[in-house]
Amino acid sequence: MAITKVLGMETEYGIVIRGSAESNPVVASSALINAYVSERSRRVGWDFEDETPGRDARGFAREASMPPEVETHLVNTVLTNGARYYVDHAHPEYSTPECADVYDLVRYDRAGEMILADSVRFATALLGPGQSVVVLKNNSDGKGNSYGNHENYLLDRSVPFSRVITGVIPHFVTRQIFTGAGKVGCEVPPPDGRRIDFQLTQRADFFEEVVGLETTLKRPIINTRDEPHSDSHKYRRLHVIVGDANLSEVASFLKVGSTALILSMVEDDWFTRAGKDFSLRAPVSALREVSYDLSLTVPIELQDGRTMTALEMQWEHLALAKKYSESCGLDSVGGDAVGRDILNRWEDVLSGLESDPMSLSRQLDWVAKLRLVEGYRDRHGLSWGDPKLRAMDLQYHDVAPGRSLFARLGMETIFTPDEVRRAVDEPPETTRAYFRGKCLQRWAPAIAAANWDSIVFDLGREPLCRVPMLEPLRGTRAHVEGLLASVASPAELIEALGS
Amino acid sequence: MAEREQIKRSTTSRSEDTAVEDVPSAKTKKGDELKAELDDLLDEIDEVLEENAEEFVRSYVQKGGQ
Repeated sequence: MAITKVLGMETEYGIVIRGSAESNPVVASSALINAYVSERSRRVGWDFEDETPGRDARGFAREASMPPEVETHLVNTVLTNGARYYVDHAHPEYSTPECADVYDLVRYDRAGEMILADSVRFATALLGPGQSVVVLKNNSDGKGNSYGNHENYLLDRSVPFSRVITGVIPHFVTRQIFTGAGKVGCEVPPPDGRRIDFQLTQRADFFEEVVGLETTLKRPIINTRDEPHSDSHKYRRLHVIVGDANLSEVASFLKVGSTALILSMVEDDWFTRAGKDFSLRAPVSALREVSYDLSLTVPIELQDGRTMTALEMQWEHLALAKKYSESCGLDSVGGDAVGRDILNRWEDVLSGLESDPMSLSRQLDWVAKLRLVEGYRDRHGLSWGDPKLRAMDLQYHDVAPGRSLFARLGMETIFTPDEVRRAVDEPPETTRAYFRGKCLQRWAPAIAAANWDSIVFDLGREPLCRVPMLEPLRGTRAHVEGLLASVASPAELIEALGS
Repeated sequence: MAEREQIKRSTTSRSEDTAVEDVPSAKTKKGDELKAELDDLLDEIDEVLEENAEEFVRSYVQKGGQ
């Protein structure tokens, strides 16, 4: 049976300092995070012991490609909600804590936006007159530079990776019709000279390979980084780099929810059992064609010679997922309530896209952005190349509530602002992030470092004391609340854990 | 449909008042209403849009990330 899809999301934000002659993104990112940390909490550093981003899921060492480097000298901190907040590749990056279902995942990703918005406020207060920090939750600067929003899904290690690749690529290519955050223009124009004024996604322009280890050059649809941050004999972490950062809660919920379901189906070999194979003839070009196709009518070629639109393929996936849920249940995605919400919203959105995509202007980012930009273009008689439209595209993603265009659109929400605000400080209760977050809340001064699968305590004597957390679903509130309440100091905690 | 309604209600207990009920569905509105709403929105957007769009777009240059 499919295992519980423990989830995580990493978002690299765009950053620029306005009113300054030169804006160094690394310095700006560090200043931003430092401003937050010094305002909110004592800093606990990240522990790099377990970082091996060059390991490949296909089981071989790389020769021609460069594994990503781990930058240990930049600001890197752990928050009391169990998240990691750091500088990565000249961007501020927020990684959600591990979440056991997609409701929590979306809520903690939204909490990240609040944390960045708070950071912007604190950092701007420290800048000179006329200067401000602008932070965008998007994936491209419109000039060919892209930065990512990565989803992470815990998978059963025993499932052959080749089956994961075959099973999930058609979904990655076609889910763009509801996951896209929309983009004015195209940064890698198609060779046939077509002009692309607006496309569904931020990221499709930047993918060149089907499968690979890279994340910054020749990006692949399936990233093979094999770094489970958990028991590597039992688990695999699928690191998905092909998606857009969403501001819409509904789009974000569906992006992760539908993918978690598809991955459960892959684990249970459901595609084979149902006799379905949606393998695409040319996934990379299909990724772009789907992104270019605002009419949702362009057919994609399958390996077996059939053609199907992205919408048709999504209907096929949904029908399969429904049958799967009837037969195998929805426990792997967090149970019936969340699972049915995924299936219902998925169906609603596909129905909306089929009848009139514009009817989803309160649910999907690309639709909301297109409606706004087209309305503005009509009103002012602007050409598609007008910088005002590009500025609107950027400003849609601004994390500062006063500047955000997204915030003015009355988009459908799943959570109240209070529910999101709680996730800024409090960890999720149903994963090991609970233990990490609670320890940080109580004993930050005694914690030398922390990472996904361990916490290192400094009890004032040698050696430092590492508490391993290799099981993402251990260390939950149900497991450790009693234990934490029964001890008065980290030394007592260590003693209790050792006994 | 009755079943769907029920499902929706049970799932909203997780987040008391989802906006599903709060925000009127765009689908139920007439074209004119939508147009008027977009007009109001564009008026509002005009006030917060970057004053110097060209400079903002030019200065927003990122190093590639992942």
